[in-house]
Amino acid sequence: MTDTTLPMPRPGARIARAFDHGTAFIGFLTAGDPTIEDSERFIRTMLDAGCDLIEIGIPFSDPIAEGPVIQEADLRSLQAGTTTDTVIDMVARLRPDTEAPLVFMTYYNVAFGYGLERFFTRCEETGIDGIIIPDLPYEEQAEARPIANAHGVALLSMVAPTSQERLRAIAGQAEGFLYVVSSLGVTGVRDTITTNLAPILQTVHAVTEIPAAVGFGISTPEQAAQIGSEADGVIVGSAIVRLIAEHGGEADGPLRDYVTSMVRAIRPVDAKAGSDRNAE
Amino acid sequence: MTTSLPQAPASAPGRFGPYGGQYIPETLMTELHRLAAAYEEAQADPGFTDELHRLLTDYANRPSLLYAADRMTADLGGARIYLKREDLNHTGAHKINNVLGQALLARRMGKTRLIAETGAGQHGVATATIAALFGMECEVYMGEEDTIRQALNVYRMELLGATVHPVTSGTRTLKDAINEAMRDWVSRVDDTAYVIGSVMGPHPYPTMVRDFQRIIGDETRAELLERTGALPDAVLACVGGGSNAMGMFAAFIPDETVRLIGCEAAGRGADTPQTAATLATGRPGVFHGMKSYFCQNAYGQIAPVYSISAGLDYPGIGPEHAWLAETGRAEYMPVTDDEAVDAFEYLARTEGIICAIESAHAVAQARRLAPTMSPDQTLVVCLSGRGDKDVAAIARYRGKDLSDD
Repeated sequence: MTDTTLPMPRPGARIARAFDHGTAFIGFLTAGDPTIEDSERFIRTMLDAGCDLIEIGIPFSDPIAEGPVIQEADLRSLQAGTTTDTVIDMVARLRPDTEAPLVFMTYYNVAFGYGLERFFTRCEETGIDGIIIPDLPYEEQAEARPIANAHGVALLSMVAPTSQERLRAIAGQAEGFLYVVSSLGVTGVRDTITTNLAPILQTVHAVTEIPAAVGFGISTPEQAAQIGSEADGVIVGSAIVRLIAEHGGEADGPLRDYVTSMVRAIRPVDAKAGSDRNAE
Repeated sequence: MTTSLPQAPASAPGRFGPYGGQYIPETLMTELHRLAAAYEEAQADPGFTDELHRLLTDYANRPSLLYAADRMTADLGGARIYLKREDLNHTGAHKINNVLGQALLARRMGKTRLIAETGAGQHGVATATIAALFGMECEVYMGEEDTIRQALNVYRMELLGATVHPVTSGTRTLKDAINEAMRDWVSRVDDTAYVIGSVMGPHPYPTMVRDFQRIIGDETRAELLERTGALPDAVLACVGGGSNAMGMFAAFIPDETVRLIGCEAAGRGADTPQTAATLATGRPGVFHGMKSYFCQNAYGQIAPVYSISAGLDYPGIGPEHAWLAETGRAEYMPVTDDEAVDAFEYLARTEGIICAIESAHAVAQARRLAPTMSPDQTLVVCLSGRGDKDVAAIARYRGKDLSDD
């Protein structure tokens, strides 16, 4: 059922690497929180500790899909003077040192306001593999996808517990990886995830070869292990951002420990996770 | 081949030229499609339209008066001025027209809980009122800054049984209240209807809210034709999101001789950063579910905006207004705080009507425009709400403290 007539080269081809050695651990942080230099170092640390893919949040003034933890991080970052340009420049500094897939997560007005052509040109120049735009649903993607793809950037899609009959259509045209939203509501740590993900993941896997990663609400190794047993990847955002909020510029150690524990939980046999994928 | 859903062309329902659309998280998309379908069905069902008409007449006090403002007309010495008295509706503003429609639709869809954002509090009060009438749960999000500016309306909502959540994120005004209402909705989409108060947000809201408010323009048109035998030469309304303006304009868009004039809140001036005049100072963007004009910086970050009027203190504008502005069918003029406060006082002293500070922006523009027109021309101002809620704030603006102690 999968569409095999994708343009060459396949946009975001590097994203597949995150999933080629077992369940992927995907970490999110808000770029520029507390400073852009800290973010650059944190990303290197997270990759070194075994993150298979990093979602780099370009902060937005009004992130309507985020809970308080990421809202506050966006605010701190913007107040510290972060701009789309300073985030892209940071990626440009990182890129020569890593082949790990890196994707942006931001709201549509950030890309739209920058100019879509100019934005995706800069993504291509700096080696960004994909972009997640939570307020650009399936019906509205046609205006951005051709531009993103022309610059080799995958426009990632999201599905939610409410997607129902939309699920097959969205999964069918997904590229990079499919972001499966675990629960109703906004991002943020949840004690329990009550959605029955199995039928969603079965439908997705029946329709597409693209891996499916689950996010929203996952924070503990136990949750990661449980979700990771069903999904191709586990996405963690708020728990990481909360560590950064607590430790500020000193978050390197806590981040390393946390990522290590999460990777161990989802890939118990992968002892040397990440160490061969990220140079100094 | 994979299954595919239609990708919206530029002319799709919910698009006004390039503006409008459904830029909203996936979690809400199924619900938006359901809402659009339910709205379409309801419009074709006399059971729904008759019930709405009955409530508008028996409960909301429609039709509202079209009042000939003779003293104002004589004083300004130009066009004959009429005021469309939406301030005389139950709850004191045009907001109830839309809330009745959306709440009936919510009930039809089996929802038991209404949520709303509010700026000046009028939409929150209208939603709390209808929730009480229908026996539904009601929670209202209001920027903390606005709960202070409009404390009276907070208490009115509480009296009506609603819970008011002061929003402390961002600029603590209408924009942030909408953010929080959307976050609530995305968490409880099953039992909750989000009653959006203006012609904004994702499709079908801009169309649906315009249709529910269109009664303002339809009544004005019919009544003026009956009384004068002619259409007005200009209709004026204040614009934040733009629902009273869109309701007034909708009936006159095909009548090309009728000037449609929206009055934006310029705050301390459209040439200062303390402004909320979106069309004068913003540019196209995508926010709150729609493509439209927004006040924003070079990086697409939504700008903090300012107006004395909590109801117009919003960095965007409904997408149909963006299109009417771009095509030139409607004109949009900035009006400052000073001009609005002067007009608020002017209308009180000239006609004995204390209007909302929002509506006073349209009155201010009428004061500028009427003298440039001839006595055989007519001009209609939509008086979108009453001003009781603003009295304390206007007193403060004039350096008087009305507190009891």
